[in-house]
Amino acid sequence: MTTRLDGNVLAGALAHLFVPDATDLRARCTNCGRVAPIAEAVVYADAPGLVARCRSCDHVLAAIVDAGDKVYLSLSGLSAIALPK
Amino acid sequence: MRHRRPAWHVATVVETRPETPNAVRLVLDVPTWPGSEAGTHLDVRLTAPDGYQATRSYSVATSEPGRVVLGIDELPDGEVSPFLVREVLAGDELEIHGPLGSYFVWRPGQSGRPVQLIAGGSGVVPLYAMAAAHAAASDPSPFRLLYSVRTPAYVYFRDELAALAGPSFAVDHVYTRQAPPGWDEPAGRLTRDSLASTTFAPHERPRIFVCGSTGFVETVVAWLLELGHAAHDILTERFGGL
Repeated sequence: MTTRLDGNVLAGALAHLFVPDATDLRARCTNCGRVAPIAEAVVYADAPGLVARCRSCDHVLAAIVDAGDKVYLSLSGLSAIALPK
Repeated sequence: MRHRRPAWHVATVVETRPETPNAVRLVLDVPTWPGSEAGTHLDVRLTAPDGYQATRSYSVATSEPGRVVLGIDELPDGEVSPFLVREVLAGDELEIHGPLGSYFVWRPGQSGRPVQLIAGGSGVVPLYAMAAAHAAASDPSPFRLLYSVRTPAYVYFRDELAALAGPSFAVDHVYTRQAPPGWDEPAGRLTRDSLASTTFAPHERPRIFVCGSTGFVETVVAWLLELGHAAHDILTERFGGL
């Protein structure tokens, strides 16, 4: 059975990459244009790493893979993220 | 507190006691813990003798600095929860990372609108934290909790929730398998009609926090939208499962 969580679970993984917590930042899906907090993404935790997909269109928004000595971050499906100033 | 950077902490187990037939309450002493907003979670990391690590997220039931209370359900095939529920003893040390999450959070004074909390099983933990923070802050917004749970024995924080209930905080239970003696509803799953009759109506414009298994949250959110609540008023946290 696959474990299907939501974007809240990304908080720990994203904490040291961006602002202290990125899960309430709004981001735009490159495929369908939906703008929503990252916490609302559908997150698959059983892939190698974490894969976040758009809750509207299922497009892959982001992936985070821990490869031991490095962490790989892909934001290929996010066309914009609104960051606090 | 909002943009405090999360950190790794060493937590010492002060107390472990049964919370429900398959859950424990863990009380942790964490001298470096800065306190947390109501609704946040933390990650617990376990390391096996061979170096294998497993990390899982758990909601925090308390908000004050230095002390963390967790309610942990044992998952049948879990890598972390069976250890935390069955093996951990007072005096043991755990690695925790947090506080985490700024989305599924209730902050006092943020809004005067009513707040509807909807919990499935152990999903009540962050919602209990919100109800406790609401009482501690004497926040005037009306609060209501709808709590779906298997049987009365599976209610988390029973005494604490009963003590919080009052004019500005109402608690409604739905018992899915066995109701207490004399209960006026037969045991059974939450339905759209019972959801509608035990929650703030859409015209009252509640802000809604839903936490439970992925299936519970998705069912409840679909009903809330059908009942006329706005998608942007519904905040969700799913912890997996069916």
